[in-house]
Amino acid sequence: MGLLGSLRNSISRVTESLFSGDSEPRRIGIYGPPNAGKTTLANRIARDWTGDAVGPESQIPHETRRARRKENVEIKRNGKSVSIDIVDTPGVTTKVDYTEFLEHDMEKDEAVRRSREATEGVAEAMHWLREDVDGVIYVLDSAEDPFTQVNTMLIGIIESRDLPVLIFANKIDLDDSSVQRIQNAFPQHETVPLSALEGDNMDEVYGKIAEYFG
Amino acid sequence: MNRMPEIEHSADDGVEIDLISGERMRNKTSMEKIRMILDDVRKGNIVILEEGLTPDEESRLIEVTMTEINPDDFAGIEIESFPRAAANNTGLLGRLIGAEPTGKLTVIGPANQIHSLQRDETLIRALISQR
Repeated sequence: MGLLGSLRNSISRVTESLFSGDSEPRRIGIYGPPNAGKTTLANRIARDWTGDAVGPESQIPHETRRARRKENVEIKRNGKSVSIDIVDTPGVTTKVDYTEFLEHDMEKDEAVRRSREATEGVAEAMHWLREDVDGVIYVLDSAEDPFTQVNTMLIGIIESRDLPVLIFANKIDLDDSSVQRIQNAFPQHETVPLSALEGDNMDEVYGKIAEYFG
Repeated sequence: MNRMPEIEHSADDGVEIDLISGERMRNKTSMEKIRMILDDVRKGNIVILEEGLTPDEESRLIEVTMTEINPDDFAGIEIESFPRAAANNTGLLGRLIGAEPTGKLTVIGPANQIHSLQRDETLIRALISQR
């Protein structure tokens, strides 16, 4: 996109913001690879501010196979109130092999059904990213290698759409966690360490959400 | 659409690798590129793109790949490319004239045949098996 295109988009955003009166909550997509802890984070945020959960959490990959939106999550920080919609999305991958589900004590029929739903979910997540989110929280398991092609591609796609993005280095409660490795992989973006499961560093998490998406 | 020329061979003959020049891809629409890549990969071939895909095309490639995954037939793709960071830095002049980031060498293959795909900033290493 050229400078003129960028200028046009910026003017359009400012105009939309002025005339919408900021009444519409921004839709923030929670993205990342499978098993990064996206739903655990979505549930943590939703429970902290609305009392409800977004969806079931599991150790089995592709537990979330449909994008789920939690509307009007109001986060209060520094005397300000920020209202966002949280969109918990299925983990993005370029491959789904049903035999992987067999390792989790599933029958073949169930594994095939789950893999079909998982593929639909990934396609749905990509569609949301292109069409329907205003900002992205990119969740990574800080105990895993962040230098993967899926992460590189997704961050590239998010950047190409000029969406504000925060990288959350999740699972800092694990022994193998390395936040620095994630900071090294994506130095162009702010990385926030946390454990969504244990609730560690959630004050900073909410402060950054308010700062970036408010 | 300018289709890939067919080479008659069986899976026993080995793995076909198609190195596709930037020039060959340049005049194709996004969907033509994606169709060509996936048709090739679904035959068990490895595709190497001289100039890679744009982020939007990568997003659509993931989406279309997902719709084509089929148990016992096609498990998806492995894809690796050199980091975009340096290529992305088009600078002010580039932004003024609307220049897209320059492409990056990209390797794409069937997920069930590429068993090990590693990369760093200067190397992509793939271990490819026959079907």
